[in-house]
Amino acid sequence: MTVAIDIEKCTGCSGAREAQCERICPGGLLVREGVKVQLRGGGACWDCAACVKSCPHQALYLILPWPLGGRGARLYARASATETEWILRLPSGREERYVIPARINQKKPVPEI
Amino acid sequence: MTGWQTEFKETDIAIVGGGVAGLAAAITAREAAPSSRILVVEQAHPERSGCLAAGVNAINAYLHPGETAHTFLDFVLREFMGIVRRDLVMTMAAGFNKAVDRLAAWGVPFPRDREGRYLRRGRHAVVVHGERIKPLMFQAACRAGVEFLNRTLAVEFIVNEGGRVEGLYALGIKNSTFYIILARAVICTTGGVAGLYSPSCPYSGLIRGIGWYPLFNAGSGLAMGLRAGAEMTSLEARFIALRVKDTLAPTGTVAQGIRVPQVNVHGENYLEGRHLTTVERLQSTLAEEGAGRGPCYLDTTRLTPAEARQLEEAYLEMCPRMVLWWGDHEESPRDKPLEVCPSEPYLVGGHSLSGYWIDSRRHTTLPGLYAAGDASGGAPKKYVSGCMVEGEIAALSALEDITQHDLHLTCPGETAVQEAKGRALAPLKRTNGLVAGELEARLHKILDEYAGGAVQGYRLMAGRLLIARRELKKLRRECYRLTAGDSYDLMQAHRVVDRIMVASAMVEHLLYRKETRWPPYQERADYPVRDDSRWMVFINSRYNRDNDSFIMLERPLEEEGGL
Ligand SMILES: Cc1cc2nc3c(=O)[nH]c(=O)nc-3n(C[C@H](O)[C@H](O)[C@H](O)COP(=O)(O)OP(=O)(O)OC[C@H]3O[C@@H](n4cnc5c(N)ncnc54)[C@H](O)[C@@H]3O)c2cc1C
Ligand code: SF4
Ligand code: SF4
Repeated sequence: MTVAIDIEKCTGCSGAREAQCERICPGGLLVREGVKVQLRGGGACWDCAACVKSCPHQALYLILPWPLGGRGARLYARASATETEWILRLPSGREERYVIPARINQKKPVPEI
Repeated sequence: MTGWQTEFKETDIAIVGGGVAGLAAAITAREAAPSSRILVVEQAHPERSGCLAAGVNAINAYLHPGETAHTFLDFVLREFMGIVRRDLVMTMAAGFNKAVDRLAAWGVPFPRDREGRYLRRGRHAVVVHGERIKPLMFQAACRAGVEFLNRTLAVEFIVNEGGRVEGLYALGIKNSTFYIILARAVICTTGGVAGLYSPSCPYSGLIRGIGWYPLFNAGSGLAMGLRAGAEMTSLEARFIALRVKDTLAPTGTVAQGIRVPQVNVHGENYLEGRHLTTVERLQSTLAEEGAGRGPCYLDTTRLTPAEARQLEEAYLEMCPRMVLWWGDHEESPRDKPLEVCPSEPYLVGGHSLSGYWIDSRRHTTLPGLYAAGDASGGAPKKYVSGCMVEGEIAALSALEDITQHDLHLTCPGETAVQEAKGRALAPLKRTNGLVAGELEARLHKILDEYAGGAVQGYRLMAGRLLIARRELKKLRRECYRLTAGDSYDLMQAHRVVDRIMVASAMVEHLLYRKETRWPPYQERADYPVRDDSRWMVFINSRYNRDNDSFIMLERPLEEEGGL
């Protein structure tokens, strides 16, 4: 399946040496070209949603391509210090939200390497 | 090759692969020897790399009250029909609970009961809110002072004249840098191997990436080991997972997490009352299909609304596309039972038996090289906690060895470095030839059709395997025609070369074991019976670089670690 990029919302993480999503993808599939990010690798995306959680502008979401569904549902996520919030937008437009604990104590944020 | 600079690095221990085993090894080494330099070389970023990019919802190896390392060993022996390295399983199981405590200490939230005990999920598992397990392990590694070289693909071990592994060559994908990394010890934690066979649910070219095991674990660590002459074990014990059809989402979340019945098309629970192993459950499912009673399902229709919600949340922590799938169909888990299917075969030391042949200190057959986690063989059912323990043992062994021996690292000579760099970057220089995807498609075709892929019902036979052997040999030569337009293509080129190497070794193993031991992981249609009088042995292999062939070896079971 795959991740979709909302080109309007993507700022290309302007100013950063490396875009958040580009830094995090376990397959190195997201590559910044100019000021926007693009998905490489012809469908090799594993749907891990790491990039979805990392994007500061919610410009990324998971979709189900047509061979498996393709009705247009979208899965967004937002990570806070201790929880991950998921937003599932159904084809009808209705939204489901899930908030799940993700870490117990608040230490300093992940350093950039 | 223009624009590729060369950089030299030196460290005490180089860890190849920043996954679960690699990070646990790195943290352990720094804690045990705070002045040591520990460098993790990772193709992506350890914060989300490897199997656990999406997270976990259970830690599957834990000793609850009443269980011991011995009872765990008995369980694993039964699961793998007696072919198990007892020394490896015992040393691993002894550390499960401490590994889970460490995860909790690093901030991974484990729900607990009133007495403060972890919640049970099945006989050997505990429940966890593990969506952020990798970022939390990575933070622990940063606090411990581990150094990282990220987006750096390991391609070749550096072996000195005495045959000792003294580091590795690696490619900086983002900074176009060829690294020469010298290390007093190297630990290989590159995970298992996916992408050998084509996906078991034939979809379309659009969604090639769907699979249970990550395609980014291409078996490079195993291929590097084979090329350097390391001994591998049990590559015939492939792992085929029973998964949710289309999403390939793990079924344990439903079967053990929520405890729903597994039924055939008539709604009959075909597993009920039968005390089956993991592979037997898979085989029973295929048998239902074979008898015309498919498809088979996990019957989620009787869940309460609260349980259905709990199931969705558990999937969000580990395989979010499952929730997207329900959403896209505008269905709840209660509306329809979940259809199950077998995955394509993988080689995964953490679930089955295949990988590096190691001793109980997790040392491989090459001096200076250790292996742990999904990349090492002989001790199945490792899961997260077992991979951590193996990483810890490997790290302590490596530290012990480098402090005891006064090692002098010799940098490979200028010619050797230039040659290695030339080999690693060769696809960038070629202008016409093949691209990685073409070779990969050919590899899939060979293995699917001649080495027991899903299209062959996973069944193996000598006649077909001999064709696979012949075709793979040709394919190994085609690797010299690979081209790459940029660094991403180059990474893909290396991955396909490595897969072809591992696949070639696997086919030799599949040919060698002339019995049927773990159907359908390993099922010989031409030798349909299990033969304990002949085959209670490990089958091992070594690659002979000089004549491009494999040397097969048998290792007795009782030789406990016997190297
Ligand atoms: C989808 C899925 C769900 C799972 N769920 C659970 C669960 O709920 N509970 C449980 O206990 N277990 C679970 N497991 C099993 C467990 O995650 C694995 O056994 C464990 O993560 C393996 O650890 P590892 O370090 O060996 O491999 P990984 O964690 O995969 O790490 C391998 C690392 O090596 C890197 N690498 C590979 N090749 C190279 C190279 N050439 N150069 C540099 N780096 C490289 C990879 O990027 C990766 O970071 C699951 C596995 C999968 C695939
Ligand atoms: S993280 Fe978001 S904003 Fe930044 S490049 Fe990626 S998609 Fe664009
Ligand atoms: S979902 Fe995962 S694999 Fe796919 S692009 Fe995002 S980070 Fe990469």
